Amino acid sequence: MADQHAVQTNVHPSAYARNPLQRFLSATELDTRLLGMVGALAIIWIGFHVFSGGLFLTPRNLWNLSVQTASVAVMVTGMVLVIVTRNIDLSVGSILGLVAMVMGVMQTDVLPTQLGLGLGHPMIWVLSLATGLLVGVGIGALQGVIIAYLRVPAFIVTLGGYLVWRGAAWWVTMGRTVAPMDPTFQLMGGGPTGSVGWFWSWVVAIVACIAIAVGLYFGRQQRRRFNFPLRPVWAEASLAVLGCGITIAAVWVANAYPWPVRIAEKYAEANGITVPPDGLFISHGIAIPVLIAMGVGIVMAFISTRTRFGRYVFAMGGNPEAAELAGINTRWVTVKIFMLMGALCAVAAAISSARLNAATNAMGTLDELYVIAAAVIGGTSLAGGVGTIAGALLGALVMQSLQSGMVLMGLDSPLQSIVVGIVLVFAVWLDTLYRRNKH
Amino acid sequence: MLDARTPLVEMTDISISFGGIRAVDHASIDLFPGEVVGLLGHNGAGKSTLIKILSGAYKRDAGSIRINGQDATINNPRDAKGYGIETIYQQLAVADNVDAAANLFLGREITTPLGTLDDAAMEAKAREVMGRLNPNFRRFKEPVKALSGGQRQSVAIARAILFNARILIMDEPTAALGPQETAQVGDLIKQLKSDGIGIFLISHDIHDVFDLADRVVVMKNGQVVGSARTSDVTKDEVLGMIILGKVPSGAVAGPGALQT
Repeated sequence: MADQHAVQTNVHPSAYARNPLQRFLSATELDTRLLGMVGALAIIWIGFHVFSGGLFLTPRNLWNLSVQTASVAVMVTGMVLVIVTRNIDLSVGSILGLVAMVMGVMQTDVLPTQLGLGLGHPMIWVLSLATGLLVGVGIGALQGVIIAYLRVPAFIVTLGGYLVWRGAAWWVTMGRTVAPMDPTFQLMGGGPTGSVGWFWSWVVAIVACIAIAVGLYFGRQQRRRFNFPLRPVWAEASLAVLGCGITIAAVWVANAYPWPVRIAEKYAEANGITVPPDGLFISHGIAIPVLIAMGVGIVMAFISTRTRFGRYVFAMGGNPEAAELAGINTRWVTVKIFMLMGALCAVAAAISSARLNAATNAMGTLDELYVIAAAVIGGTSLAGGVGTIAGALLGALVMQSLQSGMVLMGLDSPLQSIVVGIVLVFAVWLDTLYRRNKH
Repeated sequence: MLDARTPLVEMTDISISFGGIRAVDHASIDLFPGEVVGLLGHNGAGKSTLIKILSGAYKRDAGSIRINGQDATINNPRDAKGYGIETIYQQLAVADNVDAAANLFLGREITTPLGTLDDAAMEAKAREVMGRLNPNFRRFKEPVKALSGGQRQSVAIARAILFNARILIMDEPTAALGPQETAQVGDLIKQLKSDGIGIFLISHDIHDVFDLADRVVVMKNGQVVGSARTSDVTKDEVLGMIILGKVPSGAVAGPGALQT
């Protein structure tokens, strides 16, 4: 067998790479597909920056972009697991709409008046979100049971759900828009008050940098324990520098976007701060929905790579029969995936409705398509078994960048749809080429 | 029958139907520790179906299964594994898109004290087992999809012996392999046999199993034609059992034997 060279097991494969770029990629063990996506994102950003006359790469636009991405980003992490197991969920937009309605009614009617908590009670957002999660998980469980135990194809069940939950959302208030949201709940939507400010943003950055360093160190220890090939020290160092650099740059951008002048003045007035002659500079910092999305991303990446559940999801996607014969309860795993998807829809619903400061009947319309497109652009294979959370998050960012870039350029909305559609097909075609060449 | 010890496996009067077709019809079969039993028959004779009942993939309609003389309840593959029954399937049932270590431990992962997957520990153990089985195997980081048929088969076998199986079922174990790899699997079977593991070899090709098996059981149209020690019969006689259902003098006739 020609493919089995007698390689010394404790020498890192990067020692055999020829040119410096190959050696760098091999030594750092970075995913080349992911790097390709980062490259594509960079091209999109720079392109829009040039064509919009320097409007795209500004702190203000990037900050808005991050907030706009949050809702789809939360849902796409679940969609990856759904698609990896060869299922699909067409109902996420409708679930989002229904859950947003339920949470809206909870916080404007049920909690403050019927239960007498009053407006602005600190428990309101907690109880509303908890109710939303309960509804989301319940819907997911119902759809999951029908798919896994009654063996109705996921496409059909969630197509039905798409209609049922959208109709149910209308039923909650007979089509009436619920607004405004409770002030505590609104924080989940971003805006000047829904951001953590410069100090806490830097705290997040420092914690993230420490986590990167500690993670790399423990990874190395683990490899040493079992005498596996170690990455060269310079590769570990460049990974740490790269990770921390990106984190710090992102936080710097978030902090460079100040509160709007009028809001800053009002705030100064209320707190007795004298406004300096060149205006008051109060940083937004990282928006709360973005923090939520990042938290969800980290948790979901952890679940998909470090837990049994995640391992089973990928094994089932590769060969469902083998997974079943290996003793995995594939039906129950499927139900759990859809429950998780429902919970993530509820989180996304909280972000969307808090951001809009209203729960409307049409909320989340077409979201299912954006979520599926983001997952697919992010490298999730509809044939099952392949996909990463990080890739899907990048996919969501690519989709949102395209949309807001086109808005900045003043493109008509029909043209926007055409571009997004073409990009989706083109991205999947590129991915097919990449995979074919790899094997 | 030929041995006074308690059989490792005793399947008695097993029947199963699929949509009116009797795939297995009152079949009985047994297996002793350290014994290799070849289960032979044409495609569609019911041998794979019978054995899938033992491995928990199918649920029997009638009949009983005894493991070590005790009545056993086997409703799914997990139950079967609980009795130390491991199966290596014809279609090389491995999960294609995860690596060798993940396949070896699929369904029984090693976890850290925090309950997360301990990939390093699993890979180390996988390297140890694969080193014994197939010392040339190096591709631990790649999805199993990228491996050759023989490499995939060694992953499947390693998976079975990793958890100290007492009863090993191999469905067409060498069908996808070249001559050299077939010889490797043969050596491996002898090694497992000396460890006291009972092995069912299922094949439609008598040459695959005759030299490895201590005993053969032949099935035809869902019924057992008969069984014989390989030392008491010739290959041609066994072929006669497979094709015609004719039972030679050295064999014990079953319900499916040709009535003359």
